[in-house]
Amino acid sequence: MKGLDEQVQEIKSDVLSIATELNTLEERLLFPSNTQVAVFISVAEGEEFRLDAVQIKIDGAPVAHHIYSFKELEALQQGGVQRVYSGNIRTGEHELDVSMYGKLASGKDVSETASFRFTKNIEPKLVGVTLAHPNSSSAGIQLGEW
Amino acid sequence: MPGAATVRTRLGVIALLVAGNVLGAELTDPYFGEAVYYAQQGYYFEALERLDVELAQHRGLDEPERDALYSHIGQAQFSVGDFELRYRMHHRAGRAIRAVLEGDVDEEVRNDAAFRLARIHFQKDQPEDALHALNRINGRVPENISDDVEFLRANVYMSLGRPSDAVDVLQRLQGSKSLQGFSEYNLGIALLQDGRQREALEQLDRAGQVKAEDQGTLAIRDKANLMLGALLFETADFSDSQRSLDRVRLEGPFSNKALLRAGWADVSAENYQRAIVPWTILVEREATDIAVQEAMLALPYAYSKLNIYGRAALLYGQAVEAFSEELDKVDASISSIREGRFLEALVREEIRQDKDWVIRLRSLPQTPETYYLMALMASHDFQTALQNYLDLEDLRKKLVSWQSGFDAFEDLIRLRRQYYEPLLPEIDSHFRRLDAQMRLRLEQRQNLEKRLQGMLTAPRPDFLATADERILGTRIEGLEARLQASGQAMDTGVQLRLARLRGVLVWNLETDYHARLTETFKHLGELNVVVDILQTQYDAFVRSRQAAMHSYVGYEIPIQRLRARVTEGLERLNLLMASQGHMLETVAINELKSRQQQLETYQNEARYAFADSYDRASKAQAQAKPEVQAGDGAAGEEQG
Repeated sequence: MKGLDEQVQEIKSDVLSIATELNTLEERLLFPSNTQVAVFISVAEGEEFRLDAVQIKIDGAPVAHHIYSFKELEALQQGGVQRVYSGNIRTGEHELDVSMYGKLASGKDVSETASFRFTKNIEPKLVGVTLAHPNSSSAGIQLGEW
Repeated sequence: MPGAATVRTRLGVIALLVAGNVLGAELTDPYFGEAVYYAQQGYYFEALERLDVELAQHRGLDEPERDALYSHIGQAQFSVGDFELRYRMHHRAGRAIRAVLEGDVDEEVRNDAAFRLARIHFQKDQPEDALHALNRINGRVPENISDDVEFLRANVYMSLGRPSDAVDVLQRLQGSKSLQGFSEYNLGIALLQDGRQREALEQLDRAGQVKAEDQGTLAIRDKANLMLGALLFETADFSDSQRSLDRVRLEGPFSNKALLRAGWADVSAENYQRAIVPWTILVEREATDIAVQEAMLALPYAYSKLNIYGRAALLYGQAVEAFSEELDKVDASISSIREGRFLEALVREEIRQDKDWVIRLRSLPQTPETYYLMALMASHDFQTALQNYLDLEDLRKKLVSWQSGFDAFEDLIRLRRQYYEPLLPEIDSHFRRLDAQMRLRLEQRQNLEKRLQGMLTAPRPDFLATADERILGTRIEGLEARLQASGQAMDTGVQLRLARLRGVLVWNLETDYHARLTETFKHLGELNVVVDILQTQYDAFVRSRQAAMHSYVGYEIPIQRLRARVTEGLERLNLLMASQGHMLETVAINELKSRQQQLETYQNEARYAFADSYDRASKAQAQAKPEVQAGDGAAGEEQG
């Protein structure tokens, strides 16, 4: 039984190594750095509002829409960061619209949309969006960069 | 019985340390955050995949301190080990954690790593190594694991046959909130193994009365009561045994065993009437449970002891039928497993969405192979093998999906090649012309700058003459040369006029020199702005040109290699899955055969007992008839 367990561990390791290589290849092929843009979602520290869904538009075109499961929301609340969109855009100025929908502990529905401008240069563009409920001390949707 | 007692290891209750660390510090690398996002959802493969890529890129950098992962590198390396551990990759996890231990990391992180390494060794039945790892813990220990460290130490001492040391450690842990129930129970077991019977019984009695709300603590409390009941039963203290068994909840993982044992405690105390109560509850439960099956024989036995033979015969008859049905189920299960349906049922997607999927398996229609799974799941080896099988199935799905992805990649590359290849030669030729012009102009600009810089130390007003001034100077020179060439004596008037003209020219150049130099530098600055824009456009074009090329060139070998690796991996995985599946089937069939033998024995016992009870009931009825005829109206034992 132990022999098999070791073989299972070995194959896990091999498949992970394939996944790593494939990931790199895929990124190079599908999202070259000069056009690559990625949007990451995180939830502000200590936030307990229930995030239901997020919609992302770039230059007016919807590029991502995500409905959150309980597990996903919990992962965000515990410091996880979700890559909600990976894509390609030209260098230059762009517009990002973020809409979020959720519910407060009181049961009140919340929804907010915010627009931001960002510049895409030749290196990959990583855009961070931090969400909080609009009535809290921080702004509802904040843009950051990595 | 005490020898068979096992300590509860309570593994997997420690929250992800990495999450706390990420929350506590400014996140600089979103991909690290993404790995945490997956790990927090239990997707350790995806978490490791993300983190492995990040770490590989980080290690390949010339200046890693400029990388976003740099500020998280300690946490990232630690997390890799942690995720590997959770993904049941103990070998790699051990290596990763050892690397953290040997690295320059914070004391708390190092101690946490040592704890996790100890846990790996303990899980792999290497208690000496586990103790060695625990002994490396020194200084500050993260608060959220400090009790777990000591709890593990106690378990290691128990495995090493040092119950006395375990007792010392566990006594210090009494009252720990996070270990409530577990530390009390394990202390009881440690005392028992240390030969301190009386103290052990007192301790298990305490463990059996802890106040609890969560399912884990409630279950361990039940186990303590069951253990105590069994120990007291063995010492013939039936009333105390009964009291302890009564504390086990009616609904819980130990309730069937407790009900069975409670009945036997009553029987041993010759209180047959009372034994009927727990056993009557028990026989109504899931018929595949071993305790329920024993109760099917025990209940009529109690009735027969009460001389209620008719009822006993009836129940024995029902037991014979029930055992027959169960034997049919076992036969069907064995056949179904042999046909490969057991493995098919295990990987059913809709079932695995639920965390209690193993329990739900039994309720699936048309899956006889899963009826007796619960008993199998009690075995650690079976659980490990099953989990491995499920992991392999997940990996298989990934590999199959990747395999089909390569064709899409190749299509993409082909289309890009078709688009770019006809365009690029013309673009390149145009670019070469522009490039030559640009190089020339840039060289001219460079020469101008060099000259101007030189003029700051060695003024050259003539270099700053305007075009008109240059023409004028040339014309003056021409007139002078013509005069000289004509051989005529110099006309003083003409000579003077030419000298005056040259004088005016020189005067203007000399007096305007600084202004002109400043103006020229200003123009050079303006030129630099234009040149910078040009250079940016040039660079952008070169990069776009390279990107166009890189979008379809250089992928053949990596794709070929990856395709081969995936194919080879899939072949290996299929073989391994077959072995793992075969092993699961064999273990399942062996278990079912052993249950089959037991059921056959029970069935035989029930048949004999049925015949015996039937005879006795008939005799009793025959004896009772005259009394009935005598008109006393006694109903006899059938009323029971």
